[in-house]
Amino acid sequence: MKFSESWLREWVNPKISRNELVEQITMAGLEVDAVENVAGAFSGVVVGHVVECGPHPDAEKLQVTKIDVGQAELLDIVCGAKNCRQGLKVAVATIGAVLPGNFKIKKAKLRGVPSFGMLCSEAELGMAEEAPGIMELPLDAPIGQDIRQYLQLDDVSIEVDLTPNRADCLSIAGLAREVGVLNNHDICQPVIEPVKASHQDILPIELTAPDACAKYVGRIIKNVDVTKASPLWLVEKLRRSGIRSIDPIVDVTNYVMLELGQPMHAFDLANVSEKIAVRYAHEQEKLTLLDGQEINLTADTLVIADSQKALALAGIFGGLDSGVSANTQDIVLESAFFSPDYMMGKAREYGLHTDPSHRFERGVDVNIQLLAIERATQLIIEICGGEVGPANPVELPTTGEKQVSVELRKEKLDERLGVSIETAIVHEMLQRLGMQPEKTDKGWVTQVPSYRFDISIEVDLIEEVARIYGYNNLPTVAPSGYLKMSAQPESVKTLNSVKASLVTLGYQEAITYSFVDPKVQAALHPDLEGLTLPHPISADMSVMRVSCLPGLLSSVIYNANRQQNRVRLFEAGLKFIPDESAENGVKQTHIISGVITGLKAGEHWDIDKSPVDFFDIKGDVEAILSEIDATAEYEFKIQSHSALHPGQSAAIYKNSEYLGFVGAVHPQVAKTIGLKTKAFVFELQTDVLLQSKITTAQAISKYPSNRRDLAFTVDKDSQIGLILNEIKKVGGNQLVELNLFDVYEGAGIAEEKKSFAVSLIIQDVEKTLEEKDISAITDAVVAQLKAKFGATLRD
Amino acid sequence: MNLDGIVASAEEAIAAANDIIALDEIRVQYLGKKGQFTEQMKQLGKLPAEEKPKAGQAINQAKQQVQALLNDKKEAFLQAELDKKLNEEKVDITLPGRRAEVGGLHPVSKTIQRIESFFTELGFQVRTGPEVEDDWHNFDALNIPDNHPARADHDTFYFNPKLVLRTQTSGVQIRTMETEQPPLRIISPGRVYRNDYDQTHTPMFHQVEGLLVDEKVNFAQLKGILFDFLQNFFEEEVEVRFRPSFFPFTEPSAEVDVKGQNGKWLEVLGCGMVHPNVLKAVNIDPEKYSGFAFGMGVERLTMLRYGVSDLRAFFENDLRFLKQFK
Repeated sequence: MKFSESWLREWVNPKISRNELVEQITMAGLEVDAVENVAGAFSGVVVGHVVECGPHPDAEKLQVTKIDVGQAELLDIVCGAKNCRQGLKVAVATIGAVLPGNFKIKKAKLRGVPSFGMLCSEAELGMAEEAPGIMELPLDAPIGQDIRQYLQLDDVSIEVDLTPNRADCLSIAGLAREVGVLNNHDICQPVIEPVKASHQDILPIELTAPDACAKYVGRIIKNVDVTKASPLWLVEKLRRSGIRSIDPIVDVTNYVMLELGQPMHAFDLANVSEKIAVRYAHEQEKLTLLDGQEINLTADTLVIADSQKALALAGIFGGLDSGVSANTQDIVLESAFFSPDYMMGKAREYGLHTDPSHRFERGVDVNIQLLAIERATQLIIEICGGEVGPANPVELPTTGEKQVSVELRKEKLDERLGVSIETAIVHEMLQRLGMQPEKTDKGWVTQVPSYRFDISIEVDLIEEVARIYGYNNLPTVAPSGYLKMSAQPESVKTLNSVKASLVTLGYQEAITYSFVDPKVQAALHPDLEGLTLPHPISADMSVMRVSCLPGLLSSVIYNANRQQNRVRLFEAGLKFIPDESAENGVKQTHIISGVITGLKAGEHWDIDKSPVDFFDIKGDVEAILSEIDATAEYEFKIQSHSALHPGQSAAIYKNSEYLGFVGAVHPQVAKTIGLKTKAFVFELQTDVLLQSKITTAQAISKYPSNRRDLAFTVDKDSQIGLILNEIKKVGGNQLVELNLFDVYEGAGIAEEKKSFAVSLIIQDVEKTLEEKDISAITDAVVAQLKAKFGATLRD
Repeated sequence: MNLDGIVASAEEAIAAANDIIALDEIRVQYLGKKGQFTEQMKQLGKLPAEEKPKAGQAINQAKQQVQALLNDKKEAFLQAELDKKLNEEKVDITLPGRRAEVGGLHPVSKTIQRIESFFTELGFQVRTGPEVEDDWHNFDALNIPDNHPARADHDTFYFNPKLVLRTQTSGVQIRTMETEQPPLRIISPGRVYRNDYDQTHTPMFHQVEGLLVDEKVNFAQLKGILFDFLQNFFEEEVEVRFRPSFFPFTEPSAEVDVKGQNGKWLEVLGCGMVHPNVLKAVNIDPEKYSGFAFGMGVERLTMLRYGVSDLRAFFENDLRFLKQFK
């Protein structure tokens, strides 16, 4: 809601400065978004009268004028505006005047003719973006008066960002009421007298939808001259409220809406057949709106119709065919109440949002329709003339919109606010708010005024009292509560601790959008279709991710394009997998995912510049796993994944439960998504990952340990991880440590073979092992590996 | 040869010795089993008994003298050798170390972790929930019925009329209250989504919401906890004001502004007393219990805290931006 300060002050004028006013209403919950001057900064501009106006001798487009500004002599001023003519009252910048932009007016010669000033347009005075010609003032403007004073330009437009509950402040009347309450100041409402009818014609009004419209006032005004111009005061008030002048009828209905909060409409009587019917639309009914758009009406849409057809979209937008035009002679005015219950969301169904729909949706005072029509009638006949018919109010009894009475208990008030406000003060506040408080044993019973749609229960009144009392005047205390510890299961590690470990491993945390490019996702996960957003920000943010890979790999590409080639990123968050059996049809699983690419280490004077490979990322994953739970059984299994290199990827299992995957990005996929470097990724399911065990301490052996190194030859595609597991199994409790210290293939080894070497640390907790005990173990290992993997001992 | 002569010649030889081997030869020559002093001791037997002790003493003294000279020289050799070794092992200590490069948390995570730590200290528990949310948890249960103008204000991403990307983390409050009874103290950090993208809006951002429900919870306490939080978050005496506002799920509702360096008020939080309709929706008796809730935009707080000027930088994941935050 945008309004001019001076207009508000016509209604209520407390002795507070502009800044105080702005601060006050902001702190009452009507947040001021902007305060703008209604005109540019200028001085020395006065009202002048064009006494003579003739052509310039040497310039076709210029005119030479003599202007009376109330001085002894007329001023010679050359003017280029087409609309300049004799008899006009104009805004004259005299010599010495300073216009916006610090433009100083000096004596000048235009094509040889001297000019002692300038005739100004609205644009030149900072009152409009552009103007077709010079400003034309009313003919009764006093010659010589300063324009700033004459037009009250030392005014500001104040824009308040009203919350949806404060529909009552969508008018000057409502704002004035609020300012009156805040300052305990009387309101000076303009006198609105019923206009006497000069004829008795009425149009029958038929209300058939009481839940949507139970009150409608109509009035016929005949012989209006719609070609008359709206007076400057009206145009200016509208302008300062952010509304452009259209024609006098529209201007007046807009004015009344701004002033009283009642949206109104005018029909051309010639295009309304027999009656006004407020009814729901018929199936298949169509309506062409004022902006030329044709809409198909749904049967739950209320229309204003005549005996034949729909004329307007009730409470939202007028229709083209029944609208007032330059040829209109007789009009029908509408001032109605459309209920918020009906209006909510209705305009949006048609992709519309209008000033009337905004107000009706939030609530218009049910008691002002007659007042508004009288106000509009009075203004229309002042401007356009015309013969007024009787106001024709029709009202249906309804179940809703009755006066609401709400109780306020003093005890609850104090309890909720944490302070005891004096009863007398509360009483006075309620009175000022128009709540007509009545004292009871427990507090008050109030009657909610018809303009306050936001008040229906006790807590609404508590908020009102808090607001008027001032939130910043309420006490500030620390909350108190039971000091009860919360469970912190040690067997579940925290996400934050995993993040800290990844940071230590050199990973930078990333946060990527949860909606990704469907093309990138399809390249990585052709087998998974993500949820699609019907109305995304853009096509490349239109599908919910099924892993963090689209986001992380796009970040790798983004950084590579900025010469950042060594990248280590991780992200923690949800992935969204459509799944009929999950809540709301989507399984939302928390994962931690990472990517590495570039050199193993940053360039260094003494570290090899080799690029990362599979075992770098696997090592990082293993470090995380062993930090969380070193005793769990982890398995890395060959398992194909659409995004990963078939020979360099693995599924990870923790105690036989699926935990995630690790591997190289498939080269073909990398090519499709534009990833130019070799990248390696992992993904871990957070809930499985974080499960841990509470340590059970083991006794440390007092006896010496023994190391035995064994080297074997096996088939080239044997999985050494499985062999190591077998050695552990055979070694049992006495094998306390097993290290793989060499893997080799090449010269000296048969082509289809590879060799590996392990060290076994063998120890017993109860005795010193003898050679025969030790060789019993190594012999068993050698025998088992031979049997199970065909491994032969190397010499 | 008399003892003085032996000592003098030993001294001369020791002084002339070039290394530890030569020194050892000298030791053998004088102190060894066949050395000169052994020879001298053998001569003792030839002396009369009364002279023996004195002569023996003299030999021992001379022997000790030579031994001391040998020791000193040996010590000097060892020291020189050590010095040489140390000198050879010298490195340029200004060369960069062979360190593992450490990464860092995203600034938004840093802020969330800080907020969590302030509130968990007061007994709040951290709760999270789904981001694809049904309209009951995101709207209806929060006293935002269908078609309420507040729904339109949310710029919601809809999958269908019943399913949305959550516009606020408040659904977590509902989910918690549906299954647990007061007293409740929770905070819920997480991603939220609004269909809006420009200089000051990203379609995804983070919120931390808090909820406290107990008997006789009041607005003064809400002011207290948030005032306390803001002072601690910014680690300075920031000026704070509570401004009446409207949220369907709280009443009274307030927006909280802090005064910036430039003297302008900046909105950082929304809050209020939990609306009785919200408590009713989850079967908590609003006569017996009351509560307060608050919500803050993590990016806004992070920008103020670390001087980040462009919101969009948070989701570009440019390493040059991210690496600044340690």
